[in-house]
Amino acid sequence: MKFSLSWLKEHLGGDADLKTVTDTLTRVGLEVEHVEDKAGDLSAFIVGHILEASRHPNADKLQVCMVDVGKGAPLQVVCGAPNARPGLKVVFAAPGTVIPATGQKLGASEIRGVASGGMLCSSRELGLGDEHDGIMELPENAPVGRPFAPMVGLDDPVIEIAVTPNRPDCLGVHGVARDLAAAEIGELRDPAIKPVVGAFPCPKAVRFDFGDAEPLSPFFALRLVRGVRNGQAPEWLRRRLKAIGQKPINALVDVTNYMTFDRNRPLHVFDAAKVKGDLMVRRGRAGESFLALDGKTYAVDETMCVIADDNGVQSLAGVIGGAATGCDESTTDVLIESALWDPLNIARTGRTLNVNSDARYRFERGVDPAFTVPGLELATQLVLEICGGEPSEIVSAGAVPERNLIIDFPVSEVRRLTGLDLAPAEIKATLGLLGFWVTGHGDRLKVAVPSWRPDVEGKADLVEEVVRIIGLDRVAATPLPATASVSGARLSLIQRRARNARRTLAARGLVEAVTWSFVSKAQAEAFGGGKAELALANPISADLSDMRPSLLPALIAAAQRNADRGVGDVALFEVGQTFLGDRPEDQRMSAAGVRRGTAKARGAGRHWGEATLPVDAFDAKGDALAALAALGVSPASVQVAQGAAPSWFHPGRSAALQLGPKVILGAFGELHPRALQALGASGPLVGFELTLDAAPQPKAKPTRAKPPFEGSALQPVSRDFAFLADRDVPAAELIRAAQAADRKLVTRVDLFDRYEGPGVPEGKVSLALAVTLQPREKTLTDAEIEAIAERIVAQVAKATGATLRG
Amino acid sequence: MGPPVEPEDDAAGGGAVVASTALYRDPASSPMSDLDSLNTLEAEILGSIGAASDEAALEAVRVAALGKKGSVSEKMKTLGGMDPEQRRTVGPALNALRDRVAAAIAEKKAAIADAALEARLASEKLDVSLPVRESPLETGRIHPVSQVTDELVAIFSAMGFSVAEGPDIETDDLNFTKLNFPVGHPAREMHDTFFLPEKENGERLLLRTHTSPVQIRTMQSQEPPIRVICPGRTYRFDMDQTHTPMFHQVEGLVIDRDAHLGHLKWVLEEFLKTFFEVPSVELRFRPSFFPFTEPSMEVDVRCRKLPNEIRIGEGDDWLEILGCGMVHPNVLRNCGLDPDVWQGFAWGIGIDRIAMLKYGMPDLRDLFGADARWLAHYGFRPLDFPTLAGGLSS
Repeated sequence: MKFSLSWLKEHLGGDADLKTVTDTLTRVGLEVEHVEDKAGDLSAFIVGHILEASRHPNADKLQVCMVDVGKGAPLQVVCGAPNARPGLKVVFAAPGTVIPATGQKLGASEIRGVASGGMLCSSRELGLGDEHDGIMELPENAPVGRPFAPMVGLDDPVIEIAVTPNRPDCLGVHGVARDLAAAEIGELRDPAIKPVVGAFPCPKAVRFDFGDAEPLSPFFALRLVRGVRNGQAPEWLRRRLKAIGQKPINALVDVTNYMTFDRNRPLHVFDAAKVKGDLMVRRGRAGESFLALDGKTYAVDETMCVIADDNGVQSLAGVIGGAATGCDESTTDVLIESALWDPLNIARTGRTLNVNSDARYRFERGVDPAFTVPGLELATQLVLEICGGEPSEIVSAGAVPERNLIIDFPVSEVRRLTGLDLAPAEIKATLGLLGFWVTGHGDRLKVAVPSWRPDVEGKADLVEEVVRIIGLDRVAATPLPATASVSGARLSLIQRRARNARRTLAARGLVEAVTWSFVSKAQAEAFGGGKAELALANPISADLSDMRPSLLPALIAAAQRNADRGVGDVALFEVGQTFLGDRPEDQRMSAAGVRRGTAKARGAGRHWGEATLPVDAFDAKGDALAALAALGVSPASVQVAQGAAPSWFHPGRSAALQLGPKVILGAFGELHPRALQALGASGPLVGFELTLDAAPQPKAKPTRAKPPFEGSALQPVSRDFAFLADRDVPAAELIRAAQAADRKLVTRVDLFDRYEGPGVPEGKVSLALAVTLQPREKTLTDAEIEAIAERIVAQVAKATGATLRG
Repeated sequence: MGPPVEPEDDAAGGGAVVASTALYRDPASSPMSDLDSLNTLEAEILGSIGAASDEAALEAVRVAALGKKGSVSEKMKTLGGMDPEQRRTVGPALNALRDRVAAAIAEKKAAIADAALEARLASEKLDVSLPVRESPLETGRIHPVSQVTDELVAIFSAMGFSVAEGPDIETDDLNFTKLNFPVGHPAREMHDTFFLPEKENGERLLLRTHTSPVQIRTMQSQEPPIRVICPGRTYRFDMDQTHTPMFHQVEGLVIDRDAHLGHLKWVLEEFLKTFFEVPSVELRFRPSFFPFTEPSMEVDVRCRKLPNEIRIGEGDDWLEILGCGMVHPNVLRNCGLDPDVWQGFAWGIGIDRIAMLKYGMPDLRDLFGADARWLAHYGFRPLDFPTLAGGLSS
């Protein structure tokens, strides 16, 4: 919402300056977004008077002027403008002035051998227009040596404010002035609007035709003014419209625009000669269309409200007028319409047809219903004043709806919600200045809400009205009392899991990424998703169309992007939400990581001290198990289910991580070549993904104390075993069997060697285990150790078929 | 004294290298000449010890002198055949000689071992300038959004706030209607909403446009008093230099019997100065509009705008930083709370935005680009866990 300072002052008495006005606007909630103060910007440009002008000795098109600038001797200025002539009042810029059009600082110069002590400016150079055929010509009475801007009406700063959707009343300058008056920087000029006496009955009738349905217009008023002379609007009106970026068209149209911005009262004018028959306000009909004032043809339908005559649709009610009945210089009889419309219907129509007019903007936010007829009277007065003519009586259809809202308002409500103690008199005065009617005494007030404030519904709104006007800075910061209890976790289990997983994965050298929650449909489908219910109806682009079923596709794609930038050894992870379906319980917290190239946990890239190896499934397994440990899931309890990982993993080099058959914690492994191909990625690339919600809830513990430490004084004993096993036997089964041989004495089993090749039969693998025995009560004898060793061999043989290597 | 003479066998046999036989041939010589011959013997043995260059040579010297058949031992054996007076003179002299020889051998042995160790160490030099692998703690990174979220949790948990969360896919009811956005109201258009497909029953789910639905969920599921913050992902249909279709917000909610605007001001001041790690902040509260709060305010913070940085807590500029207000009575009613009994306040702030402000990240879009170089530069080390005790980031 834009207006000029002088425009505002027409509604706001007093002598508040620009700064007071703009500071107050922001303070009361009408945030100033921009102030354009041409006079201030151009204050260095002063009025000069050309005393003499003679031909430049060395250039045909240049003149050498002697210019009086109000102080000192006349200055010699070289000028190329054909209209520079003795006697002319001009805009003079002294050396050192910054020229707006170029941003350059003007230097003292010599032009073709003649010294020039400044510059005479064209309007283009001043950023005021496109005129560049000559220098600006100022009125004869312009005072020499004074800033020129006020002489050409530029001393009127233009203020732009942001008006929040709850304040339609401030979409008119008058409403803005009311807020400022309430803030006591001036008084509201609000003279009563006298009705214009109609000289004859309006020859056009208005009818609502909504059948039995609710009318889409509560009220519609119309008046004819005949015998008008339409032409250019007067300078003051044109200047105001231009100041806010509106293009003056002709007096009648300009009056309606002026009412829109001055009073938040959009109007429409029809050229009566072009209207056939009476006006009908009704729903559009399928197949109807009309040519609007913006030059476009719109198809209307039965959801829209139109104004029609015998020829058909002439206006899209409250949104945009029609070209066929528009007013131009030839108009002599004008029909002025002032109406109310259904805000939701206006909004829908505007959205459907994509018309963003000032009228639509105001009608969908709410105009003052009580001002419908006064607005028509005011517009009539302007038309009569500017264009002459003879007004008819007003005809109307429907009735102005009345709200009559009265709020019971205990003044203590201000203190209750803000902590601020205000005298009832101050509260009453503030509300009164805003146009509320306040009655009652002591603590209990009755407050009647004015018709232009649809946003005010109850006590809290009144508190806001009071504090925003008297100043939020008067509310003192008050320490929030401490809560009764400080014990207990502030984070939920899943929140703690997410942060533990993050720190753990980062500590393994992975770098945390945050990627979009949406992926492409192809990516979603390739990673177990792609459900219709998770496809956005209005995605921002095709590659961000579906809610992600997995964190992996985005991480893999990101790893590849890094590789394409030259960082091929990259380890990324993300902890974030994934979506199985659209219900809240379908949203899960996942943790996933990928490693590419040589980005292994112990370091990336080549190193002088060790062989360079590509990442493999065990890097991903290590990451996954570390993250699970951080969630409280002991790696020893996790089952590694070979072949059970989802399809986007390499079938032979991956596994699911499970607790029993039902609890699937996640999976790890090498990515499937086809999955990589689908993402345009190349390996080596391994990854894992865990569902943090899947890990079991920790058991409630009665105490935080740990079980007593049992440190045996007896030396542990270690024995090595080399087994020959079928290659398909999982090594973990040997380890488990060895552990099971004596759960008390066997405290640790390490698999320290794996070998297949010469010396080992085809299809077999040699697996070497180091078993640690911890004697509990007494040192083990050789015979006892031998007995346990035999049990281990037997147990492993029984469980896996492996034999001790001979 | 030196070690006692070892009774071991003479490994070197008769091949003694330094034994002089002259002494044995003349047992009847005078005590004076006995002592002279001992001096000669000692000089010979000490000379051999000095000449021994390794442990084996030294052992040979020891055997030749102190072994069973060594020169000193042989000399000892002659004591028995001496007259008492001669024995009194020669005996102690011989014992002293034996001890001195033994000590010299031990000393030489230690010297040889030392020299051997020195020689070994001299040959064992490493080029310690060779690089080691970087610690994963050095290469791993926490994303700035996670770090800042942890900072927020640290700040607000100390003020008694818990952390609440809700789903990203929300209902229109919880994202808008319950928050007092009337159906069709232009305020809804301020939120460019992502929608999911319309269901058969006409319901259309959406991606939450703010974290405010979590307020509703919290008030519906929890008895007041309530103090929560709700950090999380939010979505709006927008993509340019300062907008991304997904971003992060944190919202705060306090519901109590007397939580008022003054408390809100204090909470925000405490929060912002703690977060930006400055001694004080100056805030400017401007009336504004949000459907779910009344009164509503936007908050500006005093700052200094530098070419590549905005300093909070100093300077002459203002920066709009958050929106807040008293919870709208309609919202309380929608959650089953009587607005004449319960009241409170809420605020919302962009996590990405304050992360960018605090840590000087210029472009929002970079936060979601997963560029490893950017993450290494702006990310945080895994163990840099923000705590109030540690001053958040220091």
